Amino acid sequence: MDHPAFVQHALLLSLVLFGLGTLGVFLRKNVITVLMCVELMLNGVNVAFVAFSRAAGTLDGQVLVFFVMVVAAAEAAVGLAIVIALHRTKDTLDLDAFSLMKG
Amino acid sequence: MDAILFYVFAAIAVASAVVVIGQRNPMYSAFALIVTLCSVSVIFAVLGSPFIAALQVIVYAGAIMVLFLFVLMLLSVKREEDTPGRGGRTLRGVALALVTLLVLQAGAVLLRHGTEPAPQFDASTRKMAQILFSAHFLYVFEATSILILAALVGAVVLAKKEL
Repeated sequence: MDHPAFVQHALLLSLVLFGLGTLGVFLRKNVITVLMCVELMLNGVNVAFVAFSRAAGTLDGQVLVFFVMVVAAAEAAVGLAIVIALHRTKDTLDLDAFSLMKG
Repeated sequence: MDAILFYVFAAIAVASAVVVIGQRNPMYSAFALIVTLCSVSVIFAVLGSPFIAALQVIVYAGAIMVLFLFVLMLLSVKREEDTPGRGGRTLRGVALALVTLLVLQAGAVLLRHGTEPAPQFDASTRKMAQILFSAHFLYVFEATSILILAALVGAVVLAKKEL
């Protein structure tokens, strides 16, 4: 915990996780996998928040992580409900199939 | 000891994140994501945040991932198939992700000063609760309950066949 390089390396880890999540959002074409990659990006952000909180010596960053988790839970619930509705209309989860605005 | 834990679990987190985006079967992606989330929880613990580490396992690896797996099994998702003419899009995706990474890296370089850990750091659950229920965050905390309620109602409305 006292290791001085930890904060810097945690920021690097958050960068890598966020980048991998972004890559996944662009590469995958399954709706559920894309949602999971968004969760990965949110986790990268959380790592950065905790690292900054550790560097600043205050707990505000951790409170933000708490709220990010709440929003992530709400996002997953609504997002997966939308996925179920999409699967009902098109019978597929391929993102390319949902390119039209009309049902 | 902390250093070993930090670097080992950082490596596991990155490796399983690569599996998440590299797998064509969403079920394998989901399980790899669970491994990532648990490793990140260890990182939180090493950084001195036991409360957030516990929340990470309970809320993320527990509740959210169970929701994902539930929907995956409910819809019996198949493996992704190759579609012709997707190579260009893959290339553009990689380029966009790299640009995002570079922009973030630039920000991290600008922030390089001031990332020494603070000498005094107490992130116990008691301290967290005191801050969370202080005048600063109390109303935000209460607002999240409204958000959760809205998400609950929204999810039911969206997933229901006929209202």
